[in-house]
Parts: sequence; C-alpha cells; structure tokens
Amino acid sequence: MAPRGEPAGLAAMETYFHDVAAALDGLVAASETYTANFSAETSDFVRFNQGKVRQPGNVVQRYVDVDLINGARHASHRLSLAGDLAADNERLRAAVAGLRAALPELDPDPHLLIATDVVSTRTARAGPLPPAEIVIDALLDAARGEDLVGLYAGGPVCRGFANSFGQRNWHEAPSFNLQWSLYHRADKAVKSALSGVTWDEGALAAKMSEARGLLGHIAQPAKTLAPGKYRVFLTPAAMEDIVGLLCWGGFSARAHATKQSSLTRMRGDGGEGARLDPRIGIAEAIADGVAPAFQNEGFARPDRVPLIDAGRLVGALTSPRTAREFTLDANGANGWEAPEALVMDGGTLAAKDALAALDTGLYIGNLHYLNYSDRPACRMTGMTRFATFWVEGGKIVAPVNVLRFDDTIFRILGTSLEALTAETELILESGTYRERALASMRLPGALLSELTFTL
Amino acid sequence: MPDADRFTVADLPPLRLDADYWSLRWVDEACESYAVRKNVALPFCASTERGAMATVHAGGGYGYAATGDTSPAGLAAALERAAALARATAKFALIDSRTLPRPASRGEYASPALAAPARSRRDWYELLMTESRAAAFDPRIVDWDAAVDVLTATHRLVTSEGGDVVQRYRFLLPGMSVTAHAEGVTQTRTLHGHRGICQQGSDEILARFGYEGAMRRIADEALELLAAPNCPSGTMDVLLMPDQMILQIHESIGHPLELDRILGDERNFAGTSFVTPDMFGSYRYGSELLNVTFDPTRGEELASYGWDDEGAPAERVHLIRNGILERPLGGATSQLRAGLPGTSNARADNWNRPPIDRMANLNIEPGDATFDDMIAGIDRGVLMETNCSWSIDDSRNKFQFGCERGRLIENGKLGAVVKNPNYRGISATFWRSLARVGNADTVQVLGSPHCGKGEPSQVIRVGHASPACVFKDVAVFGGEEE
Repeated sequence: MAPRGEPAGLAAMETYFHDVAAALDGLVAASETYTANFSAETSDFVRFNQGKVRQPGNVVQRYVDVDLINGARHASHRLSLAGDLAADNERLRAAVAGLRAALPELDPDPHLLIATDVVSTRTARAGPLPPAEIVIDALLDAARGEDLVGLYAGGPVCRGFANSFGQRNWHEAPSFNLQWSLYHRADKAVKSALSGVTWDEGALAAKMSEARGLLGHIAQPAKTLAPGKYRVFLTPAAMEDIVGLLCWGGFSARAHATKQSSLTRMRGDGGEGARLDPRIGIAEAIADGVAPAFQNEGFARPDRVPLIDAGRLVGALTSPRTAREFTLDANGANGWEAPEALVMDGGTLAAKDALAALDTGLYIGNLHYLNYSDRPACRMTGMTRFATFWVEGGKIVAPVNVLRFDDTIFRILGTSLEALTAETELILESGTYRERALASMRLPGALLSELTFTL
Repeated sequence: MPDADRFTVADLPPLRLDADYWSLRWVDEACESYAVRKNVALPFCASTERGAMATVHAGGGYGYAATGDTSPAGLAAALERAAALARATAKFALIDSRTLPRPASRGEYASPALAAPARSRRDWYELLMTESRAAAFDPRIVDWDAAVDVLTATHRLVTSEGGDVVQRYRFLLPGMSVTAHAEGVTQTRTLHGHRGICQQGSDEILARFGYEGAMRRIADEALELLAAPNCPSGTMDVLLMPDQMILQIHESIGHPLELDRILGDERNFAGTSFVTPDMFGSYRYGSELLNVTFDPTRGEELASYGWDDEGAPAERVHLIRNGILERPLGGATSQLRAGLPGTSNARADNWNRPPIDRMANLNIEPGDATFDDMIAGIDRGVLMETNCSWSIDDSRNKFQFGCERGRLIENGKLGAVVKNPNYRGISATFWRSLARVGNADTVQVLGSPHCGKGEPSQVIRVGHASPACVFKDVAVFGGEEE
C-alpha cells in the first residue's frame, strides 16, 4: 500500500518544506516579512465494519499557510500544494501577489505579535511503520468471529514553521492510531484503541484479549437505571471527554478576559474563586506529548504551563495575539488557546482496585457527545457509551443502558471526587478532521461519590 | 482556470489499472474570510483547496487515493494507488465492488447568483465595522464580532463510464455574536447561531436575514438576558423557532436516518441509530403533522447540488410523510447494501475524503398555523430560539438541547424573557408530540457549515429549512441556580 508516484516519505517532505520556505524567501520584498506553517501527511486510512474492510484509502496532502506582513498590516493564505515544486512555485507566487495586493486595503493590526528571535529546531520520532496490509491482517485475524468496526490511520505526519528571519522548525511523527469496537448487539460494544510510533503485535493481542473479556460482560442482559445520583468510576477514556470539554475555551486567556471561559468562576476577580478538589492538578506539558514544540507565529513553547494547581486556577493559555490585546505574557499557545498536551496529576488509588473502591455503582468506560448545559456554571451534559457497567460488591453485574448525566465540574472534580487513580494513561488524540491530529492527554481515572443522571 | 476544467481523459498517460470502474473527483475551492472583532479588523484570510480523489473498483475490491497533484501524471499515479489498494484488500472487502453502480451522469450545476459581482474587500470591512461599532454602547458588552466567509468552488466528477459532471458553487457564510457580562453572569447572543444563515448565493442573503443593523438588536438582547430569570423547570409546551428547529431536525431526524449509521459503518465513532431497516414504510416517527423532505434542489439552500459526489442525480423526496417513516438518507452504495430506496447523498467534504452518506438539505415542510395561532394555543410554555448546546446519545435517541433565549408563554400570550432555556427528550417519542407546524410565513432556510462525521472525519455543509413548531409536554429546565 506504499504510495507510488508521490515523493511522500518524511525525508522528502522535510526537503520539500525547506524548498517551499526558500521559495517564499525569494518572493517577499525588502519591506515585507512572512511566517509560514507547513503541514503534511501521507496517511493510510482503512475503515472496518462487520470484521471486514469497508473503505481503504491513501491520502497524500501538503498545506502551507503564509502570513505576509508589511509594517503592522498582514494577511494570510492557506493553500494546498501539489508536491511539484514548479507547480507549487506558481501557486506560492500567486498567493503572495494576492496578499501583497490586499495589504494596502487593510487596517494596521494592533494585536500583531510574531517571533523575531531565531530559534530553529528539529524533532524526529521513531519509525517507520509497517505497511497497512500487515495491520489489516493482524487486526482481522485477532478479531476473527467478532463484529469489529473501526479505523486504522497510519503514516508520517509532519509540521514545519519558517519565517523570513531564517527560523526553521521541523516536527515529524510517523505514527498510527487504531481505534476499534467489538459489538455484541445494537449499541452494546467495547471500544479499544492502540496507538503510537512503533507497531507492536503483542500489544494488539493484549488489547483484543481485554476487549473480548469485557464483551462477555456486555452479553449479559442490560440494566436500565432510573435518573438519579449514582456513585461512579470514570476510566481515563471517560475522563478524556470531560477534560476535553474543559479544553473548549476553559483554559483560554482570551475566553477568561472576555468572561466566556467555562472556568470563569475559578478566577475570583477581586475575591476567592471557585475551587476544585485540592488533588486536581492540570498543566499543558508539551514535552510529555506529541505536539510540536513551536506554535504558529514561531514562538517556542515552554515544556510546562501550569493551569490548575491544588484545585485552584493558576494559569491560562495565552496566544501572541491575546497577549497583545490584553497586555499579558504569551506562553506558546496557538490562536485557539486550547491544550494540545494536557497532563492531569494522578492520585493514590491503584487502578486494579477501582472496582473494589467503587463497590456499588456505575463503571463508566466511555462518555459521548458532551456539551455545556450552563457554560458560566461549568455545568455539562453527556451520555454514557460502550463499556458502562453496573457494579455491586466490586463485581461487574450487568451492562447499563445509556444514561444522560448533567452536573457541574465543581462537583465532578470537586465535592464529589473521592479518588484519582495512581496510574495515568497517555491518550493520543485520534481526530482526523482535515488532517491527523497531533495532540494528547495524560489522565487518571476518577472515583466519584455521586454523579447526577437526568435521562 | 481550475485544473478540473482543463482535464480531458485523453490527457492521462496510459493506465494499467485492470479496473472494473474508476472515477476522478476534483475539488477546487477558494475562500475569503473577513472579520471585525471589538472594532478591530482581523487580518484578511484566504484559503485555496485544489486536489483530486481517485476511486477504483478492481478485482471485487474498492480503493481510493487522494492527491494534491492534479497534473495528468499525478492523477494517473493516484488511480494506480487506488487500484493497488482495491486489489490488496479485495479478499477482506465488505462489499463486492463488482455489484456497485457505475455512474455515467453528465451535466452542469450552478449556484444562484454565481456570476453576481463580488463585494470588494473594502466594502466587506466597512459593513462589518459598521455592525461592530453598533455593539459598543454599554460597558457590560465584553466581546463581539461580525464576520463572513465568501466561498467559490468548482467540483468535477469524471468516470470511466463516460460520466462528466461539473458543479460550480458560490456560498456566503455570515455571522455575528455579542457577549455581555455583569455580576458573574455571562450571556451570548448570535444572529441565528454560529453561521446559521449560510446559503448559496451572494449579497441577497444578507438582506434576506436583515444582517445590516442586526448587531444592535442582538446586543440589546444579550443585555436583556443578563437581567432575565432562569428558564423555569417542569413539563410544558415548547415553541421552537427555526434557528432551534434546524438543530432538532439535524440531530434527531437527520443523523438517525443516515443509512450508513443504520448499516453500522459509524458505530466506532459518530454512532449507530435507533432506526432499523424494518421500520421503513410503517414506523410512526412523528405526529401526522410531520413531513420531512430531502431536497438538494432548493436553490438558495446551503447543500443544494445537481448530483452527489458519486454521480447520482439530485432529487427531492419525502423521508417522512404524515408522520410515517418512508425512506432513509442513503446513497447508491448504501441502498444496494440495505435493499432500501434512498437519496442522492453520497458526499465528501473535500478532495481528500471519500463520499459517505450525509444529510445535504433536510427540511420540514410547512403546516398551516400562524405564529399568533401557535402562541394563542399554549397555556403554559416557553418559546426557545437559537441553539447554543447540543448533546444526543450514540443511537440518536436521548437528547438535551439548550437555546440562547427563551420567552415565557402563559395563557396564550407571549411574556417575559428567560435565560438558559434547555429541554430534553427522546427522539422516538418527541416527534409524536408535535402539535402545531407553522405556516410558510414562519419558515427560515438556514444551515450549518460544520456537520462532523466519518472515519476519517469530515466536516460538511448542510442546509435545513423549517417552520416554527409546537411540541406538547416537554421536559424543560434552566441553568444552574446561583
């Protein structure tokens, strides 16, 4: 399944990035500067359903986003590239000419802030990955007889930054993300994932064995619970949804400055802000994840930005633009000011003791489709999904029909929090909207004395 | 001239595909984005997409390969990669590609006002700045913006059977938003949601929705919400305005009727459906007032086209008639798999993603109730407008939705404004509580450019036209008590 006719290997991609940057160097005038973000990937996407291949595909894509700057006026153009330098030089020439024509019509931007100190970097992860055929064979063999549905996404992903000051940053990550579910019936299933930078067939076998084991529990008659408050254990995968919703503006410095953050009540402007449990610690830790160590304006990203410490809000992610607008210090955030390598502190509960500690209640393997039901109060709602079980005396009794929760973060990670697991799990973002994501979260499981369910 | 326009099959170098069928689908899109936030013009942003997807059926397998290289050599290489994939995976294939349709459609489609003169960059910024300045009249208004995306696109589908479809689009996606804050309360008001007034066409769309001058009105409403009480809790009637109805249709009719969900393709990601194949033709989805159409032929609506991305001709069909479920949202491949009739809705969001079953335009047909009739018929209820929160289970059944603004209705009269109006229900029973359907005067043609689905994932443009509607005995509630 290796691409033919496309110079799409990582070495070729890196060379191409430098060629594009060199072309841009030659296109800007003496009074102009530019920044450019390059992103590219060669991806195998193999979609499965009913233990068979539904849609196999290969995508080779290259994009560059050029911001042309003259004084305080600037404008950007994101364009797809062909991978042929002669053709792309023409596209770049036309794009720069278009931006140059636009600049006189634009107001000076009072919030423009770009990196001028040259800090070039290069990060390369392990590789290469096996051909997709090997993954397909291994997966379908391991899941023989099961109703498997899912996606394999694998291949090199890279990001680059260049500017007219000569800065060059390169980040490449050949990686794979295999997400699958084994279905028993209707909506009763076990979801699993295997991701990383090296393919490990032993790890696949272990994950599949674990999933098959849980499928045995799923096959039991399902229990329907009435709305109410239940004791719950949230796995790291379920926590990913809760913390992921917080990342939607919760940690953004701009959202805080304009009172739109879901964690606004934690700021306590002029007084004591609302607090989470003192055991809650959350940080953006680029060094711990897979995201590039540079951001889109060319600034280096610090290894760690504390966001919540001892349950108190202690920081926010500040992009260069927000820094200018609100007179803050930028701290390596991109314009969307959401964590890309979030880490949350673990606690003291051994993961193997989670069911015993839960005793009687809901073991929630996954959540689904969360949203705010009252954003300023950080009240959120969402559904249980996949492996969610009723537990009695520390033993799984039955799968549970889907339930809707609706509760605030100040209870979930505050007054209702009993314990966090000692172990934390690194979860690589599996998103493939527009391009394969380079983001991660490292999260513990959480034991709650109660969570409110409404439907 | 786009590469897609220049191409002829004769340009391709000799191919060694050994294929039963192949297609090439180009996407060539250009977008210009303008925005003014807090009276500061944000930098102008342009984007250009240019690429193609090759699809091949060979040896019973199916494969696709996407490339940004739209030269004849690049296209040929993509076709050969797709053919290699099809053959390599044929032994595992879920569908025998030899049974799939081989479209040969030919023709052209064009958006309304495709050739209308474009507003200049200066004019866009002047309009957006004028609106922005209208919001800055009260210190409690802490953030606001006015923005528009102007898109033009050429899509072309060429098939080995002689098919050749060229579709030219022009989209306008305007939006505006105001956030007010005081004493720990934050409220945001938008003009029919985030880019909800997106349509095909040109400047006439702004006039259609009263864009000019709207900023002051939504700013006043945001301030009004700051002082408003929370929406009450209880079981009562709701009058949903079109900018909430579009979300209700989308989440609890559109997604559950997607045939690929019913067939299980989405179970690992977007989810499954409470709808099963045996329900079509007899299942009572809603009250007798519920009539739902799939209509990609309504010119101004966002997801109109002449053919879907596999070459099936667009056609308006009923999905639900007088409350009874008639057919799913499924393209030719899904129809073949399920043995059910469907719709021309195999769509891809770009050149680098394959077609899957999507909604396109999904509309509720108007009824006969005037807006005043609907209000007069409610003893105790809440009018809700403009969606701001959405959540539904993976079978698309248990939902909870929130709106920006509510108004109490008591004894047939419209009353005070309430904040944080929310309601929850179950799709399988909610639509049966549909009690009044507004007439054509209450209809708005809205949409969303952000419908997510698929593995790999895609964000696609969808249109929804709906009247205002009344539902009986709904579980309603407000925000967290302070």
